[in-house]
Amino acid sequence: MSSTFVGMPAFPEAARNAVADPTLRGNLRHATHTIRAKRAGAVAELSDWAELREAGRRIKDHTLRHLDRYLEQLEASVTAAGGTVHWAADADEANRIVTRLVKETGESEVVKVKSMATQEIGLNEALEAEGIRAYETDLAELIVQLGKDRPSHILVPAIHRNRGEIRDIFAHEMAAWGRPAPANLTDTPADLAEAARLHLREKFLRARVGVSGANFMVAETGTLVVVESEGNGRMCLTLPRTLISVVGIEKIVPTWRDLEVFLQTLPRSSTAERMNPYTSTWTGTTDEDGPRTFHLVLLDNGRTDALADQVGRQALRCIRCSACLNVCPVYERAGGHAYGSVYPGPIGAVLTPQLRGTTSEIDASLPYASSLCGACYEVCPVAIDIPEVLVHLRERVVQGGPAVRQGNKVVLRPAKGHAAERAAMRAAAWAFGHPGALRAGQRLASRSRRLHPRTLPGPGRAWSGTRDLPTPPAEPFRDWWQRTRGGKDAK
Amino acid sequence: MRVALFLTCVNDTLYPETGKAVVKLLGRLGVEVDFPMGQTCCGQAHYNTGYRHEAEPLARRFAEVFGEYDAVVTPSGSCGAMVRQAYPRMGERAGAEGRGDSLARALAPVVPKTYELTEFLVDVLGVTDVGARYPHRVTYHPTCHGLRGLGLGDRPRRLLEAVEGLDLVELPGADECCGFGGTFAVKNAAVSAAMGRDKVRNAESTGAEVLCAADNSCLMHIGGTMSRLRVGMRPVHIARILASTEEDPAV
Repeated sequence: MSSTFVGMPAFPEAARNAVADPTLRGNLRHATHTIRAKRAGAVAELSDWAELREAGRRIKDHTLRHLDRYLEQLEASVTAAGGTVHWAADADEANRIVTRLVKETGESEVVKVKSMATQEIGLNEALEAEGIRAYETDLAELIVQLGKDRPSHILVPAIHRNRGEIRDIFAHEMAAWGRPAPANLTDTPADLAEAARLHLREKFLRARVGVSGANFMVAETGTLVVVESEGNGRMCLTLPRTLISVVGIEKIVPTWRDLEVFLQTLPRSSTAERMNPYTSTWTGTTDEDGPRTFHLVLLDNGRTDALADQVGRQALRCIRCSACLNVCPVYERAGGHAYGSVYPGPIGAVLTPQLRGTTSEIDASLPYASSLCGACYEVCPVAIDIPEVLVHLRERVVQGGPAVRQGNKVVLRPAKGHAAERAAMRAAAWAFGHPGALRAGQRLASRSRRLHPRTLPGPGRAWSGTRDLPTPPAEPFRDWWQRTRGGKDAK
Repeated sequence: MRVALFLTCVNDTLYPETGKAVVKLLGRLGVEVDFPMGQTCCGQAHYNTGYRHEAEPLARRFAEVFGEYDAVVTPSGSCGAMVRQAYPRMGERAGAEGRGDSLARALAPVVPKTYELTEFLVDVLGVTDVGARYPHRVTYHPTCHGLRGLGLGDRPRRLLEAVEGLDLVELPGADECCGFGGTFAVKNAAVSAAMGRDKVRNAESTGAEVLCAADNSCLMHIGGTMSRLRVGMRPVHIARILASTEEDPAV
């Protein structure tokens, strides 16, 4: 994934810093609570939401089960429609392919439609290294790019910024990238949108190469689909002569009939709209209309490894709606950057450790970035049981075990730094297997209760730094039960 | 009907009053509960932290200890969800690891007959008015594994609304997690504490004297935060409120 995330601290440390930032907390709280309430309203309008959710789950599971077949069908359909299909096993290969394709056009700049796949592979940085400038045209991606920042949300990458911050970024940075912001720019939404519109317009009209991702690929016709709100995507998909789309292999749906389900669930889940303003579809190339050349780069980058995992593979159903981020109490307080990946929030915590593995400190800490409250699973429009996958990945971190990495079956070793916890868990399991030992421990706690401090030293401070400890009772329940014969004797 | 109380290791050790309240409440409703002494822990902390294999013998013990009863009642939404949701999964995973169906078969019988307390009262005994009296202003926090895991719905609320003298006030942001999350509370202490503070501030805004929930581990976190922030409220398990009567009142 993007090199900008290399060297991130583990989640707890990054989250601790975010929690201590009142501006960030305020921005995130306001934004997530607003969209959370709107989504709930948009979903409640549909009487058949549960059926749509189940249909989405089944379509994705079916497609993933037969992914090999549908990928070949898609390749044949795209090729028949005049497109060229490229296969990229990992980020490096995808970046090399896109860089070569851009160079072959003789151009040194591209306009981009908002795309998670190209963020995932760090395409902009790879192009920059080869002297090709990539311009983000989605408003929020533009804010992130101009601010030399990282995205912190899947749908709203600049969610961590407020209007005042955005005004300052536009006023100071736009000139270095093209048309400067108007003088006396205010922080009203209309002014900010107008500044972005003027800045981007010249890029749309000049660009000869567009780069996009896709929300869906329809195997039966080879059609790609982008859903968006701003219209910048439509510009990038239609004006340039060459269009290059980088899409994860899990984005396939077999037929247009299947697509219908997701065109209902995606906008309501992500932006709380009944229908998104722009839905662009294209099938190969069409003479004298739109791009003359179309390349589709199919990206694996860890997806078939995830597909091999019986529990983890459900994360590949994700349609990147962000509903799980918006309801997550941990995301709301930690912010997106703490997850060290372009995929933050609950879905990021299950996707990133599968795509990148669990060897780095940040990746091994992600499965624990959750209280397992289950709010994410409840809103997921394709019913990904995120808590189940989190627990499964925790097991992979602490116990290791069989997995598939880069297509090869491997046996992972337990991650470092869990030795004390493992010993404690084993000791607890032993005590719980011996009620006598448990009882001895309970009695010791009860009889020494006057000696217990209100705060703990060392690692115990993680609890007692902010919370008082309960005082153990005079006797544990089981002693009371025996002494009073279940309460029949005197209390 | 032979009914067993699965108190949970946390309640047994730290909150015996909750266990006594369940015994008293169910006794008043004509159900004599047994407390099998072989019970210890359902294995939730192990399972949820990634130690599924260490949780397996605890699950087997649970199934052995409670196998002979017609119903198992537990005053904990999260331990109830552990048995009902995670035990079947543990059986499946053992099978997928090539260890046969012995674990699945051992655990299967206890899964459908394990009930969280408010489920047992409303669904099995068919009561919502349990004859309790608790003249206090109370706000209710639905804990996550009860709310979303077991789908307790409005059962706790219906029980509380029927309590004589109880003034139930709405908790803002009730459905949001309090931030306990088992080992999450110490592994991600900063986020956990921030969630706890927000929960306590929301509770404080209701003007209630008591924050009620059906899970003492969440209440330990919320109560510990209240005490540290010197908020004049107290955490009380729903079993103690439902057991409270004029003659034998809980505070």
